[in-house]
Amino acid sequence: MDAAPAIELRGVGRRYGERLALADVSVSVPTGATLVVFGPNGAGKSTLLRLLATLLRPHAGEARVLGEPLPRRDWAVRGRIGLLAHEALLYRDLSARENLRFHARLHKLPERRVEELLDQAELRGRANDPVRTLSRGLLQRVAVCRTVLHEPELLLLDEPRANLDPAASALIEPLIGRASGRTRIVTSHDPAGGLAEADIALGLRGGRTELLAPADEVDTTAIEALYR
Amino acid sequence: MALLRKDLLLERRAPESVPAMLLFSLTTFVLFHFGLGRDEVSGTLAAGVLLVTLLFSAILGINRLFVSEHEEGGFDAVLMAPIDRTAFFVAKAAALFVFLVLVEVVALFGFSILLLGPSPWPALPGLAVVLALLDIALAVVGTLVSALAIQTRARDLIVPLIGLPLLVPALIAAARACAPLFEAGGAQAPPGKWLLILGLYDLVFGLLAYAVFEFLLED
Repeated sequence: MDAAPAIELRGVGRRYGERLALADVSVSVPTGATLVVFGPNGAGKSTLLRLLATLLRPHAGEARVLGEPLPRRDWAVRGRIGLLAHEALLYRDLSARENLRFHARLHKLPERRVEELLDQAELRGRANDPVRTLSRGLLQRVAVCRTVLHEPELLLLDEPRANLDPAASALIEPLIGRASGRTRIVTSHDPAGGLAEADIALGLRGGRTELLAPADEVDTTAIEALYR
Repeated sequence: MALLRKDLLLERRAPESVPAMLLFSLTTFVLFHFGLGRDEVSGTLAAGVLLVTLLFSAILGINRLFVSEHEEGGFDAVLMAPIDRTAFFVAKAAALFVFLVLVEVVALFGFSILLLGPSPWPALPGLAVVLALLDIALAVVGTLVSALAIQTRARDLIVPLIGLPLLVPALIAAARACAPLFEAGGAQAPPGKWLLILGLYDLVFGLLAYAVFEFLLED
């Protein structure tokens, strides 16, 4: 694990109008480490991911992602981040192959990278079907391929295993799991599963930090307490 | 190019904008045909009927320009790509331009059958120039307004309420340039003054769009 932090947040806050979505969040994530973010619905997990993805501007505090201050140099980190959001971020009327080729062109990647990923995610059989015809699980696999297509240094994963059966989860593990070797920010509602893949655990409630500790110092009851 | 190709592919795969704009244009010509109680129009009236119809049909396309990104979540993935956001603007404006040209090819045919008195053939070269300049105006302003509107809940209201007033100067210039082409006595060349004004409008709004488009995409 590299000592330089991939992510450094100091007192970061974000509002949606009057509503406070994140308040005074401070966390440092070393390069190559996994931060797992826990918290009930509306805790600010997705807002945190969108902020790190440069899609939202922080309204308070300082944020540094991959060494670049946000939002001042957000252009310098675009293309180095992969976001797996709740929505697949795919065009429903295009096929998996067409969607991935489109993103490959945006990232100036060769088309063979698309074929590699279709093979890896075992999607070749449905690669030419419009993604609106795919099941939620298959759609999630295409979304994972889109997320890692450009080999991002930082992965932002919003409940990445939602809709996946155990076999599909195992299939995408080399792409977005710890084995990928990338810095990862993962949101999870699964205390045991989340802690198992975390280096650092962050618990949010009402946009505020309720828990921040190395994962091996946290037990599942502390995570479960966030949901009560 | 990737963005433009994607938009054209999406429209080919699931046609929405072009058929809607076309159907609207043809229906409006029918309504004018009966509403004016005339079989034939020429000169200023013909130019006005044609261009106002095309302007309103363009509003339909402008309304839907960013819908695929917005509804299908593609916006975020595109915004995170390492591309100049001006390229995003150019691609969207180019897609709208292509849609407008496709609509106009068929709509002009319908217009000449349903309403236009003089033969459309002598007017075609001049009309192509006027419509090309007007389409650039519609594409540039339309893309700007659509990017602004897509962030709001009242998207369907914002586009006509902001877009139409902005496009009034372009419509005036295009109508003045177009009128001599439809004169009953035979097509005359469009006045250079109005073509120049239309060209300047395109240039000014093109530069404005270049300057502000990135800010419209910020949260």
